[in-house]
Amino acid sequence: MAAYMIFVARRFAQLLLVVFLGISATFFITHMTPVDPVTESVTAITNFGKSDPEAIELMRKTLTELYGLEGNLFEQYVTFWSRLVRGDFGPSLSAFPTPVSQIIFRALPWTVGLMISATLISFTIGNTLGALAGYYRKSRILKIISLGLIGLQPIPYYVLAFILLILFGFVWPVLPITGGYEMNADLNLSFALVLDIIRHSILPAMALVLVGAGSWLTGMRALTSNIVTEDYVTFAELGGVGSTRILRSYVVRNAMVPQLTGLAMSLGAIFNGTVITEIVFGYPGIGTLLINAVHAGDYSLVLGLASLSIIGVAIAVFLIDILSPLLDPRIKAE
Amino acid sequence: MFTIVRDLIRYNIEFAVGFAILLLLIGAVILSFFSPYPAADIYVVAPDMPPDAEFWLGTTSRGQDNFWQLMIALRNTLAFGLGVAFLSRILSLVVGLTAGYAGGRVDRVLMAINDSVMVIPHFPILVLFYFVLKDDMNWLMLVLILSALGWSYDARLIRSIAMSLRTRPFTTQSVYSGMSMRKILVEEHLPYVMPIVFATTMNNMIWSIGMEITLSVLGFTDVDTPTMGQMIYWANSHSALISGIWWWVAAPVVAIIVLFIGLFLLSMSMNEYIDPRSRLNRMGS
Repeated sequence: MAAYMIFVARRFAQLLLVVFLGISATFFITHMTPVDPVTESVTAITNFGKSDPEAIELMRKTLTELYGLEGNLFEQYVTFWSRLVRGDFGPSLSAFPTPVSQIIFRALPWTVGLMISATLISFTIGNTLGALAGYYRKSRILKIISLGLIGLQPIPYYVLAFILLILFGFVWPVLPITGGYEMNADLNLSFALVLDIIRHSILPAMALVLVGAGSWLTGMRALTSNIVTEDYVTFAELGGVGSTRILRSYVVRNAMVPQLTGLAMSLGAIFNGTVITEIVFGYPGIGTLLINAVHAGDYSLVLGLASLSIIGVAIAVFLIDILSPLLDPRIKAE
Repeated sequence: MFTIVRDLIRYNIEFAVGFAILLLLIGAVILSFFSPYPAADIYVVAPDMPPDAEFWLGTTSRGQDNFWQLMIALRNTLAFGLGVAFLSRILSLVVGLTAGYAGGRVDRVLMAINDSVMVIPHFPILVLFYFVLKDDMNWLMLVLILSALGWSYDARLIRSIAMSLRTRPFTTQSVYSGMSMRKILVEEHLPYVMPIVFATTMNNMIWSIGMEITLSVLGFTDVDTPTMGQMIYWANSHSALISGIWWWVAAPVVAIIVLFIGLFLLSMSMNEYIDPRSRLNRMGS
């Protein structure tokens, strides 16, 4: 157990480092560029009509304070962190005066829900098919399915989502292609609403699963075909252990640990994919919010979204990382 | 080199298909230099013409010949992917070889940074870059940004090989003959990791071109240079699907799928070629 605690402590240090580097990156991207967000916002606002110089000067001052751009670079950096720790990203400009954190937390459940369900489905499908394909190497059906899923894997999320949009939006319009629920839906929790939300999430989830399952399948197939040649598997086969049991308790159990590590490592990419897919289908999550914020020139919202994405993904990776060794059957021996 | 390619084509169907696609792409790139129209000019031909003998892939609503646009877009996108791959390969080689050879504290520090870059979600950072740069965002900038984000996974791979190379007798001998660390890494270890570097180049291109397409479709790049993503961007902004100009969307989408499957097949078959265990598997089955 002591060894495990050291492992957890080490992973926690890594988590802190990821957050530190990621947040510093967002800070320096936004503060070291020649573009001044205050000027940008002022131009955006004054584009619509004439304003007197004094009002502009006042606006400039307020915005500088609001964006935490007072003082030298180091002071700004300290302000940035102290605001972040308090979860205060300032008010959104496009939905003034709603705080940015409130807008983000409204969109967050959509992204988290889509990401978790799509990841669970693709992880389960990919690993099950991969284990079967690695164990029953001769099966023709499994070979064809594997080939299909592996062929879909390199296609970028955006393009696959776009193809699904064309297929189910123009060619065969059976599923809703945009939004998270019907426009005029009654938002009180009811069976109809849940059904509606599920119907709207089918296409985005399908895009994520189709791209994701292939990589789990290849990984699991390779792991399985290596484990099958191990002595203990041969011994179990000679001892008359059923093939279902061998596959489940002898092969998959051992292969799960590296697959979970793989999940932790690719979580950032999965998050990217979720965000991109949301944009294609206009799903009301973080991705759509991010794009709208960019188009609206909402500085604090973009910054808040980028920071929160980094922290959220880092924490999720940390959790999977510290939980995966507990699944390892060998760890109990210690 | 030639015999390796010949044997791979003969015994490995994935490589043969991937190689054929690669030749096709090279052909398209060469062809793109003979385009009768300058790439950025609009309204040079009649707009919205369906595919026929004169315009093989039809024309766009912006009055451009879809076929020549596609050829030039392929060239630009490939150049972009190669640029990112080249720069990020250098980064991952430096980090991977140094960490694997030096070990100890250097290794721990480099790998801690490496793992951080690996898990940070790239897309929000790229959007953030566009948000602050706006019109100053150009292709060179995007190549630099993507290179700075896309090296970590392969650096880990290279490090794992470098770690095993360190314990080989020839490394010990080089150290005793007074070779400097830089010399050992470049002259002794680099040749061993080169096959891996080539295989990861394909994967890196799949990733960077995917990002380019996503950012371009959203209009978050310099949209005046024709690339695969930019073609879809303009088609979308003219609502090509709704007005029935399907060839404008179909051409880049099909080309993207062919391009990605080609790159993927090459990377897969190269990985298999590098790993002797899977080569044995193939011969056995």
